[in-house]
Amino acid sequence: MTRTTARNGARSSTRTIVLRAIMLTVLALAATFALDPFRNYQLAVVAATFCATAGLTLLVGLTGQLSLGHGVLMAAGGYGYALVAGPAADAGLGGVGRFALGIAGALVLSAVVGGLLGLAGARLRGPYLAGLTLALVIALPAVATQVPGLGKDQGLGVPFEAVPAPLAGVMVVEQWHAWIAIVVAAVAVTPLVVLRSGPAGLRMRATHGDEVAARLAGISPARVKVTAFVASSVSAGLGGAVLAVVAQNVGPGRYSLAFSLLLLVAVVVGGLGSVGGAAVGAALVVLLPWLVDTVVSGAGMPADLEQRLSGNLAVAVFGALLVAVTVAWPGGLAGATAGPRARLARRRRPAPAPVLDPDTDPAQEPTSDPQPLTER
Amino acid sequence: MDRLVLLVSTGVARGLVIALFALSLVIIWRAARIVNFGQAAMAVVAVYVAFAVHAATGSYVLAVLGALVTGALLGLAVERGLMRRVPGATPMPGMIVAIGLVMVLQSLLGVLFGPRHRPMSPVFSQSPLYVGDVPVLSRYDLFVLVVALVVVVGLGLLFNRSTLGLQLRAAAVAPEVSRLLGVRVPRMVTIGWMLSSAVAALAVLLLVPTELGLNAHSADVLFVHAFTVAVLGGLDSPAGALVGGLVVGVLISLVTGYASAGLAPLAVLGLLTTVLLVRPGGIFATKEARTA
Repeated sequence: MTRTTARNGARSSTRTIVLRAIMLTVLALAATFALDPFRNYQLAVVAATFCATAGLTLLVGLTGQLSLGHGVLMAAGGYGYALVAGPAADAGLGGVGRFALGIAGALVLSAVVGGLLGLAGARLRGPYLAGLTLALVIALPAVATQVPGLGKDQGLGVPFEAVPAPLAGVMVVEQWHAWIAIVVAAVAVTPLVVLRSGPAGLRMRATHGDEVAARLAGISPARVKVTAFVASSVSAGLGGAVLAVVAQNVGPGRYSLAFSLLLLVAVVVGGLGSVGGAAVGAALVVLLPWLVDTVVSGAGMPADLEQRLSGNLAVAVFGALLVAVTVAWPGGLAGATAGPRARLARRRRPAPAPVLDPDTDPAQEPTSDPQPLTER
Repeated sequence: MDRLVLLVSTGVARGLVIALFALSLVIIWRAARIVNFGQAAMAVVAVYVAFAVHAATGSYVLAVLGALVTGALLGLAVERGLMRRVPGATPMPGMIVAIGLVMVLQSLLGVLFGPRHRPMSPVFSQSPLYVGDVPVLSRYDLFVLVVALVVVVGLGLLFNRSTLGLQLRAAAVAPEVSRLLGVRVPRMVTIGWMLSSAVAALAVLLLVPTELGLNAHSADVLFVHAFTVAVLGGLDSPAGALVGGLVVGVLISLVTGYASAGLAPLAVLGLLTTVLLVRPGGIFATKEARTA
C-alpha cells in the first residue's frame, strides 16, 4: 500500500464516517422528542458514558493498553469544565461562550492527564499500566480532598445550562441536556472513528500485534501509544464535562473504582475495538443497574435485603458478564456480528493489501482484522 | 524522636503485612505470569470464613487455619475452574477475568453481609510496649512481625530448598523444558495459585484487626499498596517484595504521622509513578526479555 492510496482511501472513508455520524446525530436528536424527561436524562448519561467507552475501546482494543482508571480521565474533564465554567459564570459570562470555555478547560485538563498517563503507558507493559491506573482511581478521592480548589468530597458546582430562549417553548431542560450530550458525543467520537479507520489506526494495530515488527516498519510504538492515550483521554474528558453539566456538579464520589470497572465491562461486552459495541455497552452499564434496582424495589422484599441488593446485584451481573464474555465469547457483541459482515465485505471488495497486523491472537481476530473495521 | 521510633516500628509491622500480600502476587506471577487483580476479593472471602470459624469455636488458631485452607481452595477453584479456560496468548484476558471475579465476589459479599464493617478484636493487645521510655511496637504488631517473618522464611525454604520448590521454579521459568523433564507443569501452576491465595488470606486476616473491620472492600487499599510493592521490587522478585513492603509501610506510617492520613494514598501513588518511570520493570527486575 503506497502512501498516496492510503491517504485517498482514508479521505473517502472519512467523508462516509462524517456523513454517517451526522445522520446518527440528527436521528438521536429527533428521538429525544419521543422520550419523557427522565428517559432524556438517561440518554444524556448514556451519551456521556459513550464518550468514555469509545475512547477506552480504542485504547484497549487497538493498542492493547488496559486502563482501569478511565473514570479518572472523565473526572479530569469534569473538573476542567467546572474550573473554567465556574469562574466564567461568576464573571457574568453565559450561554455558548461559557460552555465553549468550559469544554476547552475539559479538553486541556483531560489531555494533560491522559498525556502523562500515556507517557507512563509507553514505558510500561500490561499489568504495570493496569496497576498504575488502578492506583490512580483509588487515589482520586485523596487528590480531590488534598488539592486546594477542587472542593473536597463534595466536589465543585457547575453552572446550570438553561434551555436557550428560542427553544424554550419546545423542550424542557432534560431534553436540552440530552441534546448537548448527543452533540458533544458526536464531536468526541467521530474523530476517534476517523483515527481508527485511517493510518493511525493501522499503526496502533501494528504496535499491538508485534511491537518489534512495528518498529522495524518505521513506527514509533511510544508515539503511537501516547497518541492513543491522549485521544482516548480527550474523548473521556468530554464525556466527563457532559456529566458535570447534566449533574451540575463534579466530585470524586461518582468516579469510584466501580465506575471505572463498569466502563471496562461496557467495552468488553460490546467487543474490544468496536465503537458500535462501545455505544451498546454504554447503554448497558447505565440502564441495567437502573433496571435491576427498579425490579428489586418493585418485588416487595424486606427493606434490609432490598438495600443490600441495590447496587450489588447489578455489579454481580456485570462481573459475571465480564468473565463469561472473555472466556466464552471473546469478540463481544461486535465479534458476534463481525463474521457475517466481514464475509459480506470481502464479497463486495477486492482483497485488501497485506497489512502489518499479524494474526497473533486468535481471540482478538474479529476485532484486529482491518477490513471489517473500515466497513463498520 | 520517640515519635519517629514509634512510627517507623509501626510502619515495619504494617509493611510486613503489605509485603506478605505482595509476596502472594509475586508467587502467582512467577507461577502463571498473571497479576491476579482478584487476589484481594478472594482473600476477603477467606477471612469471612475465618470469622465464621472464630465465632463458632472461639479459637484464633482454628480461624487462621480456616483462612489458609479456604484461601488455598479458592485458589484451586479459580485456577482450575476459571483461569485455565481463559485464552492465554496475551495477559489481558486473564486480567479482565480477574476483574470480573472481583466484581462478582465483592457484590455477593455485599449482598450476603451488607456494607457494615465487622470489627475483630486482635488476639494480642494493641497498646504499645516500651523499651526504656520509648514506645515501640504493640504486642499485636510483634505478633504480625513474627508471623510474617515465619511465612517469608518458610516460603524461602520451600522455594529454594525443596524438590517441590525446584519444580515450581522450573515450571514457571521454562515450562516446556520442565514438561520434558517430567515436571507436571499444570499442577505446579495450580499449587502456585493455592499457595498465593493462602498467603494473601493470611495477610488480610492479619490486617483486619488494625483497620476499621471486615467488609467486602476492606482489602482494596491493601491490594493497591501490595501492587505498588510488587512493582517496586519487580513482580519476579520475592526479596524485592519484602524490601518494598517495608519501604511502603514505613512511608505510609511516616506520612500519616507527620502530615495527614489523607496524603498517604498520594505518597504511594507518587512513589509508584516515580519507580515505574525510572525503572519500568521494578527495582529488582531481571534483565530477561519478556513480553509481559
